[in-house]
Amino acid sequence: MKNYTLTHLKELESESIYVLRELAAQFEKPALLFSGGKDSIVCFHLARKAFAPAKIPFPLVHIDTGHNFEETIIFRDELAKKYGAALIVGSVQQSIDEGRAIEEKGFNASRNVLQTITLLETIEKYKFDALIGGARRDEEKARAKERFFSHRDEFGQWDPKNQRPELWNIFNGKKAVGEHFRVFPISNWTEMDVWQYILQEKIEIPSIYYTHERECFIRDGVIYAHAQVIPLKPNEKVEKMQVRFRTIGDMSCTGAVLSKANSLEEIVEEVAATRITERGSRIDDKRSDAAMEDRKKTGYF
Amino acid sequence: MKTSGYLDMDLLRFTTAGSVDDGKSTLIGRLLYDSKSIFEDQYEAIKATSEKRGEEYVNLALLTDGLRAEREQGITIDVAYRYFATPKRKFIIADTPGHIQYTRNMVTGASTANAAIILIDARKGVIEQTMRHTYIASLLRIPHVIVCINKMDLVEFKEDVFEKIKKAYEAFASKLEITDVHFLPISALKGDNVVDPSKNMNWYQGATLMYLLENLHIANDQNHSDARFPVQYVIRPMTSEHHDYRGYAGRIAGGVFKKGDAITVLPSGFTSKIKSIDVLEGQLDEAFSPMSVTLTLEDEIDISRGDMIVKTDNQPETTQDIELMICWLADKKLQVNGKYALKHASKDVRCVVKDIQYKINIHTLEKNEEDKSIGLNDIARITLRTTAPIAIDKYSQNRNTGSLILIDEATNVTVGAGMIV
Ligand SMILES: Nc1nc2c(ncn2[C@@H]2O[C@H](COP(=O)(O)OP(=O)(O)O)[C@@H](O)[C@H]2O)c(=O)[nH]1
Repeated sequence: MKNYTLTHLKELESESIYVLRELAAQFEKPALLFSGGKDSIVCFHLARKAFAPAKIPFPLVHIDTGHNFEETIIFRDELAKKYGAALIVGSVQQSIDEGRAIEEKGFNASRNVLQTITLLETIEKYKFDALIGGARRDEEKARAKERFFSHRDEFGQWDPKNQRPELWNIFNGKKAVGEHFRVFPISNWTEMDVWQYILQEKIEIPSIYYTHERECFIRDGVIYAHAQVIPLKPNEKVEKMQVRFRTIGDMSCTGAVLSKANSLEEIVEEVAATRITERGSRIDDKRSDAAMEDRKKTGYF
Repeated sequence: MKTSGYLDMDLLRFTTAGSVDDGKSTLIGRLLYDSKSIFEDQYEAIKATSEKRGEEYVNLALLTDGLRAEREQGITIDVAYRYFATPKRKFIIADTPGHIQYTRNMVTGASTANAAIILIDARKGVIEQTMRHTYIASLLRIPHVIVCINKMDLVEFKEDVFEKIKKAYEAFASKLEITDVHFLPISALKGDNVVDPSKNMNWYQGATLMYLLENLHIANDQNHSDARFPVQYVIRPMTSEHHDYRGYAGRIAGGVFKKGDAITVLPSGFTSKIKSIDVLEGQLDEAFSPMSVTLTLEDEIDISRGDMIVKTDNQPETTQDIELMICWLADKKLQVNGKYALKHASKDVRCVVKDIQYKINIHTLEKNEEDKSIGLNDIARITLRTTAPIAIDKYSQNRNTGSLILIDEATNVTVGAGMIV
């Protein structure tokens, strides 16, 4: 008999496509949360596969902190245009300007927490009943128990003790009015899987994932991009460095790594050799050991 | 890992079971650590915690520590998923804790597993919980069971301790539906036979746990004989380029489909032939479980989500009366004559519970025909009648088309996990 087995990447891909199709069938107004980072790009790619030859049957939603890397924004707009995807941008700046969010102060101020406010406003405005996120269970302790279909109450909150058991691949997306779901198609992927898949599928990613020369400075052992939105302390020196980013988020909380990786092959090799988690270079999780869990409970991704 | 290596890796999902303190967290921590799946910052964090707690060595069990409430209470309360990879395989661990909610959690973790690791404390031997875990593994039809007899260092690595436990286990497991069982003497704490062969047990010539996990033969774990395709979603682009395109999207739940195959759609019974098997990149000549594809048919027939496409020469039973084993997942008891929403493959129907035949006494594994009160963590055999016919297989034939869940219509909560018999 023939050997009917799939490689791990094919099996993961198939599972994620299955999740996306369940989402499209079970919800009336889903949307894909798109950050411009590699995980959401992979989700987008999987969504193209899930619904071909039709277009993706839901819009992309980007919560723009106003502190994004320019390269990410350009990439986002080109991607949406190329594949004819609808794009909705929720602006944190607007939430601040209209007094619904209050900017943090000080050198370590970040708009990451404010994203939650704008996100929930955007959900409300467009009446989305399910949001697709590119979160993975391997990223962080609090995510290890996350479901594919994650139920949120009417306040957008996640109750870790009251999640529905998920058996086999039968997803229960039933909900009461006002409640919504977060759906995580790449739950079972690791950072390595994502990079291997990007390489295998030759998926385009923003240029800042590759090595480039950039003005940076070092604070608490983390390399930051020098930008207007992050004020320098008196003793901090700006230097030109050869860096790339392992994750892409708000500039104020995304650290760079020194790297010469110039191709996907080199990135995969670098990831395989790295001994620090990718979230290790994200400042927002370091605030406390349970930081992620707290933010999740209040509706952050 | 070389970039060229990953292309022929496959995927193994396994679950771990043991009672509290048998060493499950330590074992998982060791697998992650010895396979170099732990990052330095994670290691530093658990090292600091271990020191803060005044422990004399780095407690690998902390690696699999979960949510804050659990951390504070010092227990784990749900299924958590862990990942590691070797150049041969990627592994997904469904880590299920051992305490009150145990049955519910283990059933959840077991539902997608190819293999189960069952831990036994060498000092205690086979205990009631071991039998319970093994029963659940057999009920959920986990194809491979690996019995790890742990803490061998505390019994001076003695062969006769291992042999005695092995015999005791075989004596009761032979009555259950378990086909592939392996026994390993290990020390999760010291690392013996986990990744590296033990220097303390020369009498053991078998594989280490890691070798076994890397080499379990999983190609036959999927059903490749009975072709089943639950339709998830109908794709109708309605663009000028694909004006009349009508594709049926889904993941193959069993068997192999080929272009040109004669198919029947259930429950309607309409027949046609497969015109094409489509993916984004183009068309395939054949596709098998668990691939996600889109089928187009030669004839225009009415098909929607919830229908099942099968090969005409191999059809499942289409019925409204279903016999099943159910594991109850909610505090509120199962009601005879109670109505529930039912999900089976891509199909949504409603059902009424007709009868409870017996409940399994989880302590003795005997059938109890007197006590019909089915609450949280209980396992029972019941009969249902659905509002519309559905196409089913026996769970022992196909875990995808033989499983279903019940949902409380008032709260929308998943309350039951069913295996069709
Ligand atoms: N001596 C010895 N102790 C072990 C072994 N495996 C685990 N332990 C200890 O047993 C206790 C419980 O282990 P843990 O992994 O937390 O158990 P769990 O409750 O099953 O997750 C801890 O103190 C471990 O250090 C072993 O192989 N040998």
